[in-house]
Parts: sequence; structure tokens; C-alpha cells
Amino acid sequence: MSDNTMVNDTRARAAQKSTPATESVLEIDDVSKRFGDETVIENLSLSVEDGEILTLLGPSGCGKTTTLRLVAGLERPDGGEIRLDGDVVSGNGSFRSPEERGVGVVFQEFALFPHLTAGENVAFGLKEWDDDEREARVTELLELVGLSAQRDSYPDELSGGQQQRVALARSLAPEPDVLLLDEPFSNLDVDLRVRMREEVRRILKEAGVTAVSVTHDQEEAMSMSDRVAVVNAGRIEQIGRPEQVFQHPESRFVASFLGHASFLSGTVGHDGVSTALGEIPRERIHGLAPEYEGSAIELLVRPDDLEATPNPDGSGVVASRRYLGPTALYEIELDSGETVSCMHNHDVRLDRGDRVSLSLAAAHDLSWFPEGAETVVDR
Amino acid sequence: MIRQLADSPTRRIYTPNIQMDAEHAPGPDDTASDATESTQSVDSAESLAESTPRLGVSLAAATVAALVLLPLIWLVRLAFDVGLSEALALSLRPQTLEVFANSAALVVAVTAASILVGVPLAYLTVRTDLPFRRFWTVAVSLPLVIPSYIGAFAFVTAFGPQGALQRLLEPLGVQSLPRLYGLGGATLVLTLYTYPYVYITTRAALKSMDTTLVEAARTLRHTRWEAFRRVTLPQIRPAVAAGSLLVALYTLSDFGTPAIMRFDAFTRVIFVEFNAFGRDFAALLSLQLVAVTLLILAAESRIRGDEQVYGGGRATDRVRLGRWKLPALGLCGSVAGLALVVPLAVLGTWFFRGASDVGSETLAFDISYVLNSVGVAAATAAVAAVFAFPVAYIAAHHRGKVATLTERATYVGYAVPGVVIGLALVYLGTSYAQPIYQTLYLLVFAYVVRFLPQAVGSLRASFLRVDPKLPEAARTLGRTPSGAFRSVTLPLVAPGLFGGMALVFLTTMKELPATLFLAPTGFETLVTRVWSAYSQGYFGRAAVPALILLAVSGLSMLVIVSQEGYDVK
Repeated sequence: MSDNTMVNDTRARAAQKSTPATESVLEIDDVSKRFGDETVIENLSLSVEDGEILTLLGPSGCGKTTTLRLVAGLERPDGGEIRLDGDVVSGNGSFRSPEERGVGVVFQEFALFPHLTAGENVAFGLKEWDDDEREARVTELLELVGLSAQRDSYPDELSGGQQQRVALARSLAPEPDVLLLDEPFSNLDVDLRVRMREEVRRILKEAGVTAVSVTHDQEEAMSMSDRVAVVNAGRIEQIGRPEQVFQHPESRFVASFLGHASFLSGTVGHDGVSTALGEIPRERIHGLAPEYEGSAIELLVRPDDLEATPNPDGSGVVASRRYLGPTALYEIELDSGETVSCMHNHDVRLDRGDRVSLSLAAAHDLSWFPEGAETVVDR
Repeated sequence: MIRQLADSPTRRIYTPNIQMDAEHAPGPDDTASDATESTQSVDSAESLAESTPRLGVSLAAATVAALVLLPLIWLVRLAFDVGLSEALALSLRPQTLEVFANSAALVVAVTAASILVGVPLAYLTVRTDLPFRRFWTVAVSLPLVIPSYIGAFAFVTAFGPQGALQRLLEPLGVQSLPRLYGLGGATLVLTLYTYPYVYITTRAALKSMDTTLVEAARTLRHTRWEAFRRVTLPQIRPAVAAGSLLVALYTLSDFGTPAIMRFDAFTRVIFVEFNAFGRDFAALLSLQLVAVTLLILAAESRIRGDEQVYGGGRATDRVRLGRWKLPALGLCGSVAGLALVVPLAVLGTWFFRGASDVGSETLAFDISYVLNSVGVAAATAAVAAVFAFPVAYIAAHHRGKVATLTERATYVGYAVPGVVIGLALVYLGTSYAQPIYQTLYLLVFAYVVRFLPQAVGSLRASFLRVDPKLPEAARTLGRTPSGAFRSVTLPLVAPGLFGGMALVFLTTMKELPATLFLAPTGFETLVTRVWSAYSQGYFGRAAVPALILLAVSGLSMLVIVSQEGYDVK
């Protein structure tokens, strides 16, 4: 969106109303942020559509929480522009303070006001509402999060999951345009985390709110979001639906950050790619154009893509075995010198030093990278 | 007397979670916690609105700092007026050197004795199967409640040649007991009323120490004593040092005990010289006293910097005392007995004897003394709260040089003994502020200078305990910066503010030296009554005011205990 959208505001809005899926509620445009000498975010751009749940996924220190704070107005960007519903809220010298943005935030440790009850916490953002409406809204939200009975409890009387839900209700109460969630589940123990993920997704969808969440947990990102943006060192490496990002990573970082990844080098031939596992037919490879014939590439293989069978004439040796309960993860050292991982359920048992042959078990097509390249160049 | 305790190492400060994303790279005006408080670097970027100190608050804080520094600046000026050569001559006078040697001896003796009493008591009440541990924990902490001048007063009258103790022992043929005056007496009394500083800090360290460390040492073929020396001692050393420095500071600045014990330490000589119109000399001695105090303070802040983050404590089995049980009980009993029973018995005797035979002496007590004391103390608490607010806010939220300097400046009350503040304000009043000299305004101002650190410390800790995310959350829920402050920060710091005010109120009630210097003629408080009873020899008159002061003191202890969560278990 740029100038002409502003000019044709009404028309654009009208057009967007008919196709609500493409209406951008939040746009981050070329934003940078530095703390002292350290650049935390570099030329980051992102747009979030109405009603979607988008997750910023990345390791600690990648700048995802800072991105959230920039959107909330708790930090000022050093460059670029942030727009909410088409209005510039940061950038070009203008800055709208947090209270004027209509952005809700669920903080990492929930930041519930310890001196107020659950009900009062939820009502906190509704000070301009009529008393009756406020009461009704609080009741409605506590019902939505299933905590009507805890209305008069103080935060320290609530369990972790309950605090989380109060925090969610509090941030949803003033009907924010965008809800931001900062590592919302990191304070919960594992079982509760899985349940709350489902619960929060249900609540967000029921409330119909646009949400941006931040996490370093790939499973959480995959299961909760409509789209995932993988962030690394202050920039977005890839953005897309969870399956798409997982199956077709556009960079080695994304491939390795989302689950276990091994790379298998091969040479592109006329009908297929020849690798240490033998020839892999072209149609099993994702978008390999004919022009690549003769060049060296690396195939991304995940542990569940491969199957190892004991075979004295096989091309690999079991180098290690990690028992994980239902499954076991094997590292196989190939005669070519490469190492790949493969996963088997607990029925199969291979021992260190066993010679095995490997075959491709994946039903989907495989992603690849030009040899030595960090990212997929335009295919 | 308890002023330093409010700032003791046992306090807990809210530290925003540390495991948070490193992506919150510490910004230039990163706030949240002060480096001297916590060894962990805290990474929580402060919300925008507060990233630069608002001008108004900064100005207010700077004004407060300038005001409380005034007496000290004036004192320096005065010393310059004396002239360099004369100052040198005065400083090298044998009497000066003797005063210095006396004070040094007293500080060393009291500190050493406090460690010898405090550390074993802490170990006994925390780590052994001493019978009635909870009772002893309270009993050996309680001497902190008794102002040392009341203790000294009681000891002098109890132990003199014809004192209460001698009368008690007379049937046994004891004709006369040695006087307690001098270094020995001052050391005894000060140790009895200051060792709790060492006891309390050491106890906290012992309690929070992970006892599995000791168990590990035992499994590595160490005897209990070796394990104590090689594992426990290094762990509690910073706490013992912190407590000892509080003792040293208190001893150096205490006025009442040396005065009553007629021991020529700095404070007594300053007071005597002042009354003998040796004002130049008094001013010079005051400066020297301040210099020595600053030295101790510098040492203290260094020790504090090393303050450990103790591991989670775990109560495992206790050391069995076995045949040492009786000697241990004897130590606890005799310390608590001397420190608590002697003054209470003496005051009680006066009270009842006063009520029956020398009725007129006791009846000389007037309710107006109480009202006067309460009035000035309440005024002081109110002014201190107003002064403390901007300073504590800036100190808790900003880490720049200006913020640190402002806060440190308001700590003159720590660094400058009451005698010196009193003296400086008398000079200032007589030469420049004649209209308020000999008025309550100047007296209240002196109290504020002395006790402002208590209010600032308490309030600042409260500000720090407020998670910076809370005002941010309020902002995202539609509150302006000041709205967020009013609806979230203020209610959360209110208990700290009131706690600080209560502390100032109670310590003001029992303040001695500044009161003696600055109370307007004819203005009698509980403290001046006790003092005149002592100096005129009408001991009976001291009973009622002293007992009231003890009650006040006990209350202030309760305030601290409730604030610090000092648990007795």
C-alpha cells in the first residue's frame, strides 16, 4: 500500500470488503531497529491479513519480540514504516503512542495487575465504556475463556493456564484491531502448553481477531498459525503456510530450524539426480528445471523420508542410535562420506556398526539447494 | 538505630525475568535494575515514555539533592574559613589524634566483638538442633529495638559503684562495683545493641545457602568443622562483612553511648567542643568524622557489589549439639539477658519506685512530650515522603550518571552522623537562616536530611518490584503514561511508600543528637526528657519516656519485619 491507496481510500476499502481475505490489517514496511551499535531488525517487511493468525518463528535473539514491541508502540523504529488499517502509526517522523493504536498485547509473563482481580484486569482497558456495557463485556470475555467462576480471584490465586486466559481476555476486551502475543506459552509446563495452544487458537478464531504471535517453538508455530514467518538475525527468511514452509524451505536455515534436516549431494542428470542413494527420478524433485542438467545440487532429506534396511552389501553404516521412545533416530554414515539421519519406529532395531542400505520412503517431492548456496535462488 | 537495616542485604528486589530473549539487547537507557543490586544483567527495555527522565521529575529530584547536601557544603565552607595553617595545627593537636585513636579502637573492638557474638548465634539458630530455636531467633534479634543511648544509660546506672547491681549483691558482701565508663563500657554496650546487624545478615545467608554443598563436602571426607571452614564460611563471608560494616558505621556515628560512657570518641568531643564554644575545632572534627565514615561506606559498597545470589535453600537435617547444648543455651541466654533484661529491669525499677516513693519525679512527665514527639515525627515523615518520591522514581527507572548522583546525594543521612548534621545546621541557622533558627522547621529539616534515605530506599525498592511490563500493558490497554502511572504503578508502590513513612516517623521519634542541637528552647520531647534526666541525675524521670521510646522502637522493628518478610522459622 502506498500513496495511491491513500488517495483511493474508499474505493480500495470497498474493493477489499468484497475479498476480505486480502485486506491487510497490519503492514510493516522496511523497518529497522538498533539498540546502540547493534542492529536488531534490518529492513523487515511483513503484512498481516484480516483475521489471520501469523507467527514469527525464530531462535532467541533474532528480533521477533522487538518486532512485536515496535508494532505495539513500545519501541520506536529507526527506519521504515508501520501501518495499522492503512494508517501510518510509526515512521516518517510520526509516532502514535501505544494507547492510541488499538493493539492488544499478551505479555510473556502475562503482566497481570497484581492489585486487581481477574474481572478488574479484564475491565482495565474499558474505562471509557458505560458501566453496564463494561460489565457485560467482562462477563462475555470471561465466558469466552471459561473463567466466569474466577472473576473475583486475584492473579496470584490463579493457575498458570488461568492467568494466561485472563491475560488473553484482558487484551481482547477493548476489541483491538490486532492482537500481539509474546511467547504466550513459554511460562506454562509442557502438557498445559499443548492444551492452551488449541484453546487459544479456538478463542482467537471465535473472536475473529487478527493475531501476531512470537515463538521459538516450531511445533507451536506449526499448530497454531495460519501462516508462519521464519525470522533469522533480524530479517524474515521465509513466510508461508506451515506445510509449505516445512516442506519447501527456501533456505538452509529454515530447513534446519524446522525439524531435523540432512543434505545429500547429487548431480542432475537427464532423467534424475544421481546421489549416494542411487538415482532419484526427476519427478520426485520439487521444481527442478531442465536448465539445471549437469549441475551439482543438494537434496533436503528429513529423517522420515528415508528408510534403512539391514543389508551386508548396503552403502552405509549405522553410526549412532538415539532412542526417543516411540521412535529411534539413526545416523547413517554413507560410503560417500556424507551423514544422513533416518527415523524408524520402535519395531525396527539396528545396532551401531550394522551395514544398511537406504531407500527413499517419502511420498512427497524433495526440496533442493544449489550446491553450497544458502538459499534457493529463483526457480 | 535501625536505619541501615532497612537497606540490608536481605531485601528482595523484583528482577524481571532473566531468561528472556537476548534480543532485548540492553538499550542505552535500559532500566529495571541497578547494577549494585543484582549481579545479573537485566534486559528489559523500558517503555518509551520513560526512556528519558521527564524534566519535571528530574528537576524535583535535583532540588531535593541540593537541599539535603546544603548542611554538608556549609560545613566544608566553615572548615575553610578556619584557614589552612590553623586547620593543620588543630588537626595535629594531640587531642585530635587521641580522639581519632579512641574512635578507631572503639570501632575495631565493637566490630570484632559483634562478629564473635553474631556469627555463632546465627549458626546456632539456623543450623543446629538448639532447643527453642524460634524463641532464641526473636530474643537475640530484639536488642536492635533498644536505642543504644537507653541501653548505655541503663548499664551505667546498673553497674556503677553503688548501682542497682551492687545493691542487689550487697548482702553477699560486695561493697563496690567498677564503673563501666570508658572504652570497655562503650564496647560492651555498643556490641550488645549492634551485633544483631551481623546476626541478621549472617542468618539470612545461612538460611539461603544450599546445604547440599555441606553434604557434598562431608562425603568428600571433610569433618563438620572443615566443611564449615571450607564451604560454609566462604559462602557467608559477604553477608558477615556487610553486617560488620553496618556495625562499624553505627559505632562511629553513635552519639549517645560514648557521651554517656564518657568516652572521648569523635561524636562526644564534637558535642563537648560545641558547647564550650570551640566551634572551629568542632567543625574540623566533624569533617574528619565524615571522612572516616565515607571510607567505611566505600568499603561497604564494594562488599555489596560482590553480593551473592544465593542458591535455593533446603532445610536438611540439623547439626546435633549433643553435650554442647548447655553451653549453647548459655550463650544465647546471657547475650539476650544482658541486652534485654538489664535495661528493662532498670527502667521497670525506676518506674515502680518512681510511682511509689519519689512520685513527684515521675509525675513530672507530661503528655505534651509525647504530642511534641509525635508531631515533629509526623511532619518529618510527610516531608520525607514528598522529597523521596522524585528521587526514588528517577533512581529506579534510570541508570544515567545524573540519576545515580541524585540518589547518592540524598544518602548524606547515611554518611553524615547526626551530631554533624546538627552542628552544621546550627551554624547555617545562626548565620544565614536566622528566621528559622530555633524553630521546628529547622529541626524537621534536620530529621529529613538524616532519615530521607529510609524513605528513598523503601520507595525505590517498591518501584523496582513493579514489573516494567505492567505499565506497558496499561499503555496497550489505552492509558496515557501518566494514567498508567496512576492506575498501576502508584497502587503497587503505595505499601512501600507508607512503610518508608512509618520508618521515618518511628526513627525520628528516638533521634538524639540532632534533637539536642536543634530543638527550640522549651520544646520538650521524649528524647530530650530522657537526656535531661540523665544529665541532671534524675534517673526516675527517664523511666516513662524511655519506656515509650522502647515501644516506638519495637514498632519500627515490626514495620521492617513486615516489609522484609523476615521469617522466624
